[in-house]
Amino acid sequence: MKRRTLLLGALGLAGASLAQNAPAETIRIEARKFEFVPERVTLKLGVPVVLELTAPEVTMGFSAPDLGLHAEIAPGKPVRLPFTPRRAGEFPFACDIFCGEGHEDMTGVIHVTA
Amino acid sequence: MPAVNRRGLPVNRRDFLRIAGFGGVVFASGLARGADAYQAGEQEFFFVQLSDTHWGFQGAANPDALGTLPKAVAAVNALDPQPDFIVFTGDLSHTTDDPAERRKRLAGFKEVISGLKNRNIRLMPGEHDASLDRGEAYKELFGPTRYSFDHKGVHFIALDNVSDPAARIGEEQLAWMKADLAKQPPEARIVVLTHRPLFPLYPQWDWATRDGDEAIALLMPHRNVTVFYGHIHQEHHFKTGHIEHHSAKSLIFPLPVAGSAPKRAPIAWDPAQPYRGLGFRQVEAEPKPVEYKITELPVVRS
Repeated sequence: MKRRTLLLGALGLAGASLAQNAPAETIRIEARKFEFVPERVTLKLGVPVVLELTAPEVTMGFSAPDLGLHAEIAPGKPVRLPFTPRRAGEFPFACDIFCGEGHEDMTGVIHVTA
Repeated sequence: MPAVNRRGLPVNRRDFLRIAGFGGVVFASGLARGADAYQAGEQEFFFVQLSDTHWGFQGAANPDALGTLPKAVAAVNALDPQPDFIVFTGDLSHTTDDPAERRKRLAGFKEVISGLKNRNIRLMPGEHDASLDRGEAYKELFGPTRYSFDHKGVHFIALDNVSDPAARIGEEQLAWMKADLAKQPPEARIVVLTHRPLFPLYPQWDWATRDGDEAIALLMPHRNVTVFYGHIHQEHHFKTGHIEHHSAKSLIFPLPVAGSAPKRAPIAWDPAQPYRGLGFRQVEAEPKPVEYKITELPVVRS
């Protein structure tokens, strides 16, 4: 019985290891005049992702200060931010490079579920 | 509105009182220097701060967009006595992608404020005026985006944290500021005028200056520093160390308290209380002790 538990435990560890080694999912966010698409992103606590940020028109900013995420996104130059959520909750992000009349509308939320 | 910190909680302050029947609120801002430091040439005076006029804005948030600034001009003209000078802390115009329209809006603002009786006017840009062309149109119409001047014993520094669309003051301007401050003794009375908050008030809504901490570090050795700014369309009072930061109301529409709404969208116009949340302020500078008494004034007296 003890041996079986150990074996299951070992399999569990292997499973966890496999999950960690799996390629991180890519979450694409486009910063366009004057919205983020999507403007709401749901991630799972502890599961690594890569945020791929693009800006098709003008240079945009991506700032999620509560998560320590920041990028400047130039047209034609996607930015890839590897990220593993460590806290559950809702974390706002915004464009922090003034881009025109709708700049103030360029906000969004990263929702991290437990 | 009481003095609050970035989370909307009351901050410590030496004095705070409402003046019944005057329509204004006074915030007395006491600084570090003692009464024994009074020097020759220092006199009491007051100036007026107006901010975020957004000339050219059209929208439901202010159905009297063309009338609000002229009303504010009339209200300033009605002050008796008149202020020593008048400051506009940025976003004179509402932004546009069209360079010709930008110049038209800035010129329109200039035309309206030509009605001010007091011609001692100090301007600076906001991101709506300057971020899309790095201040080119603003400079054509109004001159430098940064400067310093002295008035009755107070050293004023106008800082440009908007011509860079990423909200940086920039190394070159910081070097200029450092050299400017080097001429001031530690006890000098210094007032910084700027558009964005120098401290990270709420970066989630872009209410910050990316390298504002460097400007604050340069100011820290000086004991009597106060910052007056705009950008957030509401009154806000905060301290970084001994440095006080006071934001002004807008003259186009108010914005919500930081983080209190999903979006930083304008607070809706209330026909029952038109111009609510809008206004300007008068700042009385007193040398002994060093103090700035802020009185918030409405656009239209009820």
